[in-house]
Formats: sequence, structure tokens, C-alpha cells
Amino acid sequence: MSKTNIQLIVDGKRIDGRSPGELRPINMKVGIVERADGSAQVSFGNTTIIASAYGPRTLYPKFLQESDTGILRCRYMMAPFSVDERKSPGPDRRSIEISKVIRLALEPVIFLEEFPRVVVDVFVEVIQADGSTRVTGINAASLALAMAGVPMKDLVTSCSVGKINGTLIVDLNGKEDNNSEADVAFAMIPSKNKITLLQMDGLLTKEELHKLLQMARENCMKIYELQKRALKEKYRSD
Amino acid sequence: MDRKVVLPGEFLEEKKGRKLGKGVYEEGGKVFAKVLGIPRISENQISVISLAGVYLPKVGDRVIGIISNVEISGWIVDINSPYNSFLPLSEAVSEFVDIYRTDLSRYYDVGDVIFCRISKVTKNKLVQVSMRDMLSRKLYGGIIIKITPSKIPRVIGKGGSMIQLIKQKTGCNVYTGQNGVIWIRGENKAKAIEAILTIEKESHIIGLTDKISKLLGGEK
Amino acid sequence: MQEKYTLELIQKGKRVDGRKFDEFRKIEIEPDIVKKAEGSALVKIGKTKVIAGVKLALGTPYPDTPEEGILIVNAEFSPIASPDFEPGPPGEDAIELARIVDRGIRESNCIEVNKLCITPKEKVWMVFVDLNIIDNNGNLLDASSLAAITALLHTKLPKIEDDDIIRGEYTGNLPVVFKPIIVSIGKIGNNLIIDPNLEEEEILDSKLSVAVRDDNKICALQKQGSGTFEFSDVERMIDLAIEKSRELRKLVV
Repeated sequence: MSKTNIQLIVDGKRIDGRSPGELRPINMKVGIVERADGSAQVSFGNTTIIASAYGPRTLYPKFLQESDTGILRCRYMMAPFSVDERKSPGPDRRSIEISKVIRLALEPVIFLEEFPRVVVDVFVEVIQADGSTRVTGINAASLALAMAGVPMKDLVTSCSVGKINGTLIVDLNGKEDNNSEADVAFAMIPSKNKITLLQMDGLLTKEELHKLLQMARENCMKIYELQKRALKEKYRSD
Repeated sequence: MDRKVVLPGEFLEEKKGRKLGKGVYEEGGKVFAKVLGIPRISENQISVISLAGVYLPKVGDRVIGIISNVEISGWIVDINSPYNSFLPLSEAVSEFVDIYRTDLSRYYDVGDVIFCRISKVTKNKLVQVSMRDMLSRKLYGGIIIKITPSKIPRVIGKGGSMIQLIKQKTGCNVYTGQNGVIWIRGENKAKAIEAILTIEKESHIIGLTDKISKLLGGEK
Repeated sequence: MQEKYTLELIQKGKRVDGRKFDEFRKIEIEPDIVKKAEGSALVKIGKTKVIAGVKLALGTPYPDTPEEGILIVNAEFSPIASPDFEPGPPGEDAIELARIVDRGIRESNCIEVNKLCITPKEKVWMVFVDLNIIDNNGNLLDASSLAAITALLHTKLPKIEDDDIIRGEYTGNLPVVFKPIIVSIGKIGNNLIIDPNLEEEEILDSKLSVAVRDDNKICALQKQGSGTFEFSDVERMIDLAIEKSRELRKLVV
């Protein structure tokens, strides 16, 4: 309900020293799970996610098969040790909603109609949570899908934006996430300028929202360059 | 030096009337890559060879399959694809077979390896294979390895040069299926396998032929 | 078959039931329909029917908000409502709907939760909002949110004596100061449609649900469906949602 009145911005600097429009240090590595068809580890500051993609592969049980198109299945999970208070393993309502929202963020780019009756599975595991886990997960999942050879229109790039102490900011960390006046999860198809994920909670005027969407787009374009670099790096000879 | 790797969504060229092959798509008069891979542009076709990905059956492909089920009037064949295939009795055996009195496992049994042809693929990707041509046969003994299907052409090499090199230097009998399955029989199969796996791992690197030659060199 | 026809009509600027693109179906709101609940409401939007029931209980507050009441929203997609709803625990759609309605209520601060404290750190009111879908004919979210806010507005606080709730005797109303309204807008091609019915929902490219507070501030957003939006779509949808929320809010009394 009411957020504690923590001062999250002092003299224009956030609690981790960043300026409002600054992303945390980002790390991306592709191909870290040997057994997955595609995988990636992405971290934004202290938030670390590993995503694995499998498929396209045969879909059981058969009644789930769609005769004219493949389906994308997505599962977002938080490791019990990823948060301050141990989170008991297993899906909870939040994870179930986030799994759905990640799937809908990725689906628009995948050429699922090339794989009737078959499934592409994406698993997103939060290893360490410090805010903005679902958007980091989408960035990792895109890399995993590309590495697995799943045909896609483009990668999907994602970031969080929001408002703290009246200031519009980019890439919320854990403390900011919990105490924000508003936080927005955003994903887009960078080369087509189309939005595939938009969630917000908090209180914003429509003008603030428009400004935040522009900030989100600018930062996604920066993150997109990092995603591309991570993929190309994997295929360079040593 | 690397062959240039492109990513899904990467712009390749304005649509010029070239045929669109695998791995690319067209939008708004421009051609983009659809998969992570190596672009191949010729005079009349543009495509991207995927560096990963599964095998999608296509009519006419020659594949290596493993019998996974014996049914009443045919066999289910695992062709290393998300799609299974069916080998009907009529496409496998030329003599008359009374299915009510014969167990089909006497012709092909679970675990048998066959080199066959994809004879039919429906819109929903129901797949049928056939053994009814000169090149199809059962493969006895030997072992199976699987690699990324899109890399099979590299294992074969231009005009078959790479596969010949491997066969010669190791003395093994090798069959390659377009579905990424490779069957090898011979004493030196370990060397052949090593060569093939190296090709798979480094298929995007130029100068591979020499490297493989060196790897195999000094054998036999 | 039906989908194709519905789509063709929309492309011609018409809807199967003759509505304009920005028109809601007939809305009926009936509060206090469940006497056993502390608050309740039945909402019908066209043939879609949702009942919201509010039950109050006593509980311990969360450690980081020791003087605030607790809100819990749940939704049941009961098999009575549709051949597509299966019995069992809530699936991803029911969970998502409940969480969006929850965010609309919570983020708007419409319930004065600091007035729900009985003993700080020890005892607070827990407000359970349960949404039961009775008939699914599309746009469950808008109907659920209307039902929830109506039910909350009509919720009475039971009397407490020595830490026990005396059901049937009340000390006043649940302190509700805003009426957050959720408006869902479907996108088909370049067309935006309000209140998609079941057939229209099947053919939507995507949907944006917007929760708007009385002062036109946006308190929740959720894109649904696997299509995409242009940036300009979002602007149009938000403007439309704000306009329509004012209409709907007048119906909530």
C-alpha cells in the first residue's frame, strides 16, 4: 500500500550512485548451459538470470498440440536463495503471471507457424534478484532462443523504468523497485520499433508515462547492442 | 578469419528479386536474417545457413533414421526431428506380406538403423519415409552420432571432398543423413568422430579443410 | 467461421452486435447481492457476469507495514461460466486477472489501509476480495474490476468485541476514497475497440488494460495477448481509457 518514505535520490544521485538515466553495469554471456539448445546468463548490477531454450521439440501430451502452429512455453522461476528471505521453491502466483507475461513478450517474434504441433520451451531462472528480474529474464531468453537456432524476426529487448521521489528513472534495482512511486516493465522488438511487453503499477500521469516510454525505448536500443555483441562474440574464433 | 555471422533481425539487403532461401524473411521490401547463421548470397538466391537448429523434414531428403516402434502396417522411424516419421510396409518391402500373420519386426526391428528417403510431408508435418530406391538400405553395425543438421554440407564438403578425406584417412565407412545423423563403421571410428565433431564446432571458420587434414594426417 | 466474419466486419468499421468501436455493452451493477459477505456486487457487461464478494477477517500485519490492513484479491474461473474453464486451482489467466484487479485497487490507494489497524504490529483487518466469474462472454477484467470496486464501496466493517468478530453487527463502512476503473482496449489492425466480447477477443491482435483513478492518473497497465503495439497505439489507448473510465465511474455508486 503506502511506500515507506525513503529518500532514494539525494542530490540527483541514486542510492547506488547512478544518475536517473543510467543503467547498471550489464554483463551478458551466451552458451553457458551445455545441455540446453541455447542458453544465456545476463546480469544487470546484482540481478543475475540464466535462461535456457529447448526446441523446437516434440510436444507431449498430444492434446496440447496445435495443428497449424507451434507453441511457446515459458517458465519463470526464482531460486530459493535468490532473495533476502528464502523463497520456497515452486511456482507462486507472481511467478505464474510473470511466466505468462514473458511468453507474450517473446511470442510475437518467433516464426511458430513453421513448426506445427511442436513446442519451444524457454526457462528463466533468477539466480540473484535485485530488481527488474523479468526484464532481465527476457533479455536472456532472447539470446537463448537465438543461440538455439529458433527462427525469429529479431531479438526482444527489455528494460524497466519508473519514478522515485518524483524523478523518472531507468533500470530499477531492488530497493527502488520496492519503494517506487511507479514501475514499468517494458519490452520491444528493436528493429521494428514495436512494443511486446508493457506493465505498470504505481501512479503516473499520462505525460509521465509517455516520457517513460521514450526513456525505455532509448535504453532498450543500448541494451540491444549488448545483446548482439554477446551473440557475435560466441561465434568468433579464439 | 571468420565467415561473417548474422543475427535474427539483421538487415541483409533490399529485395532485389532473388529467391528467398532458408533462414531469411522479407518485410517492407527488405530482406532480413531469421536465424543466427552465415549468409549465403548467390546470383539468384539469398539464404542464411543456421549455426544451430533442428531438422525439419523435406521431401527428397536422404536421412538416417532409427526404428523406434513396430506397428501393424509399418514402422515409426525416429529421424532426429521434432517430427516422427512413418515407414509404411508398402514402401519398405517389395514382396507380399500378410500382415495378419507376420510380425513386421522380422524386416525392421526397434533399434535398426536405416538410410532412407523422405517421401512425403503434409502441411501439418506428418512425415512418410521410403526404402524403395537404390540408395536406401539398412545399416548394420557401426555407431551413430548426431550433429547440427545445417552443418552436414560442411562435413560432406565441396563435391564430397571433406567426407572423402575422412573416409580415406580413417578407412571407415561413413553415411551422412541430411537430418544431422551420421553413421560410421570401422576400426578408426574415433578419429572420424573427432574430425566430424571438429567440423561441427568450427564450421564458421575458414581454413577448416587444412585443419582437418592435419588432424587426420599420419593415419593409415 | 465466426472469427472470420467478425474480423471482416471490423475491417469495414462495424461490430457483430452493431456497437460502435468505443461503445460498451449494456452494463448492470447490483450491489449487496450476497448477504453473508461484508460487501458484494454483481456486474453484468452484456452477457458477461461476475460476482465480487468481500470478506473481512482479522490477521497480523506484514512486518514492513505494521499499521496497515491487508488486501488479498483472488479470482475463480468457475467451470459453470464456460466450457473452456476447467475445475481446479486458478490457472495463469485467473491469476493474472486477480493480480491486475489487485494492482488497480492497491496502487490507487483507494482503500485507506492505515485506518484498518486495530492493534499496531499485532492485529489488522484483512480484506479478501474474491471474484467469481459466472458467465464468460468476454472482457472479464473490466467486469471484475467494476464488481470489486462496487463491492468495496458497499463493504461494512463488522463490530469487534474482545478480538472476536461479531458478524451481523457493523461499525461503519470500509474507508474507500477513490474509484479506480479498469478499461481494456483491444487492437485489431489499426482499430481500437472497447469491451471486446468473446468472439472479438479471439481475433484481437493484442489488448491493453488501463486502470485509471478519479484524478485521471494511471495506476496500472497490462498488455495482454501476443501481438505488438506501436508507440502511437499506446498513446491513443491511454486517452481512450481515461475518457471511458469517466463514463464507467458514474455507474459505480
